[in-house]
Amino acid sequence: MKNRMELSFSALSQNESFARVTVGAFVTQLDPTMDELTEIKTVVSEAVTNAIIHGYNEDAKGEVYIEVELEADTVRLVIRDKGIGIHNVDEARQPLFTSKPELERSGMGFTIMENFMDEVAIHSEPMVGTTVTLVKTLSKQRALCN
Amino acid sequence: MSLLIDLEKRDKVLCVRLEGELDHHTAMKLRERVDSALKEHHLTHILLNLEHLTFMDSSGLGVILGRYKLVQTLGGEMVVCSISPQIKRLFEMSGLFKIVRLASNEMDALLELGVA
Repeated sequence: MKNRMELSFSALSQNESFARVTVGAFVTQLDPTMDELTEIKTVVSEAVTNAIIHGYNEDAKGEVYIEVELEADTVRLVIRDKGIGIHNVDEARQPLFTSKPELERSGMGFTIMENFMDEVAIHSEPMVGTTVTLVKTLSKQRALCN
Repeated sequence: MSLLIDLEKRDKVLCVRLEGELDHHTAMKLRERVDSALKEHHLTHILLNLEHLTFMDSSGLGVILGRYKLVQTLGGEMVVCSISPQIKRLFEMSGLFKIVRLASNEMDALLELGVA
């Protein structure tokens, strides 16, 4: 059985925590381990922060869109913006690369997504927007509560 | 959940204790509070206690790295203590471990900084 949800919100930094907590609550029904839940919340935070800072340059008129699909033990996240797009996706994926060093960005966002998820796909078009698709299959190591 | 920032001056060390979540939103507040405290009290070292930090992402790495660079320009040092396994993973991934000193608790961190 597939179970899905959608969420959209203004590109405001105070919504970063709202986004990861909401996605975390939805994913909880698959009984992830604490580590898996932290990983999912972290990647949501990374992708949403990218959309707000880089996609929209922190312009609150922008909207961030999240779709989550659960099927069996697999979580599929699609995080999308209609912002300025990424000029060079390969460069953006490099560890420590940042287009905004003046903002003290660590350049680790995509590296963290790649480490915490099984699949990371980035589709970006200048002045159209960026879509990040993240897939993770949860382990079967969950504690039985009976 | 937001971020609570507790600041205390110990000799030349600014003790920064964080409780809650450190992301892009709260990182901006942390940077302002720490930088103005360093300046106001002419402090050169930072002790960063992460014992009660429940969440951190790459924005947290950025602000920590930024404070490390700042104390370096002041001729000071930074020691991070009481770090959880989840946050430790992010430190390892980014290589921050190689430049920032770690201590298991605040007492050890203060000793490393020559206080206590």
